[in-house]
Amino acid sequence: MNREPRLVHVRQNVLKQNDIVARALREEFRRAGVFVVSLVSSPGSGKTTLLEKTLAALQRSRRVAALVGDLATENDANRLARTGARVKQIVTGTVCHLDAMMVRRALEGWELAGPDFLFIENVGNLVCPAAYDLGEELRAVLLSVTEGEDKPLKYPPIFHGADLVVITKLDLAEAAGFDREAARRNIEAVAPGVPVLEVSARTGAGMDAWLQILHDRAIAAHR
Amino acid sequence: MHELSLAIEIVEIAQAEARRHGNGRLLAVHLRLGPLAGVVEEALAAAFPLAAQGTEVEGAELVIERVPLVVYCPSCRAERELGAEVWLVCPVCQTPTPEVRQGRELEVTALELER
Repeated sequence: MNREPRLVHVRQNVLKQNDIVARALREEFRRAGVFVVSLVSSPGSGKTTLLEKTLAALQRSRRVAALVGDLATENDANRLARTGARVKQIVTGTVCHLDAMMVRRALEGWELAGPDFLFIENVGNLVCPAAYDLGEELRAVLLSVTEGEDKPLKYPPIFHGADLVVITKLDLAEAAGFDREAARRNIEAVAPGVPVLEVSARTGAGMDAWLQILHDRAIAAHR
Repeated sequence: MHELSLAIEIVEIAQAEARRHGNGRLLAVHLRLGPLAGVVEEALAAAFPLAAQGTEVEGAELVIERVPLVVYCPSCRAERELGAEVWLVCPVCQTPTPEVRQGRELEVTALELER
C-alpha cells in the first residue's frame, strides 16, 4: 500500500475574501463619486490631529465624512465630530487593523453618494494594516518627526504600500533632531518615487500642499 | 498581530480545498510567503495550531516557503532578486526599482493529504 501523501495544488490567496470586498467597495466609491483616503501610522503619529484639521478645512467647501478605527475608545470620533463632519467609529476590540469587511459593515445604512471625501483612519499600527486593502483610492502613511528616520526600513511593507507619505509634527523637527535627508532617503529606499509631504497640523505648515493633493487626486479620480 | 486572523483564513481555505479533494486526512498545508506580505512568520506558525484546533485541519503541519523579493530594473531591463534587506534598488546598477515582481505573496499553494 502506498503511504506517500497525496499532494494537491491549490494556489489560493489567503486574503482573497478581503480583496474581493475591497474591490467591490472601490467600485461603489467610484460610482458614488466619493474619494476615499486612508491614514495609516504607528500610534501617536498624529493621524487624528491631521484628520481633524483636514476635515475642518475641507468642510468649508466640500462634504466630508470619516471612519475611525480604534481598539477601545470613541475619543477620536468625538473629537473629529466637532468639526461638523459625519464621523463613525469602528471599535475593533482586540483586532489591530481594519479590514474591508469592517469598512463595509460600518458603511451599512450610509448614503454613499453623500460625501465628496471619505477618510478612513486605521488603527495605530505599522505592521498589520499593510496586508489589508480597504478599497481606498489613496493610502497616506504618516511618519512623525519624533519617531526616528529609520521607521521605513523597519516596516517596509507599510511604506511600500503608501501612495503618499506624510511627515508630521514638523514643528517639532528641530527639538527632535529630525534628519530630513535620512528620512527621505529611507522612504525612497522602500518606496521609490513615492511623493513625500511635510506638514505640521498644529501650525498649519504644509497643510495647503496636503489639501491641494487631496483636491487634485479627487478630481483626477473622477474624471 | 493579525497572524491569528490569517491563520484562521488559512485553516478555512485548507478545509474547503481538502473537502474538494476527497476525504483523506490533511497532513500539511503549504504556504508561500513574501517579505512584503507584512507577516511575521513565527507568529503565523504559532497561531496556526490554535486556529486549526477542533477542525479537520488539526494536527496538520504548516510548511512555509519564503520567497525572495524580485524587482524589475528599468535600466538593466531585467528582473533582480534582492537580499534580506528591503532596499528597492538594483543590486547591479543601483537604479531605484519601484516595480515589485514578487514579494507580496501570501498564498496557500498545496495540501498534503493521506492516501
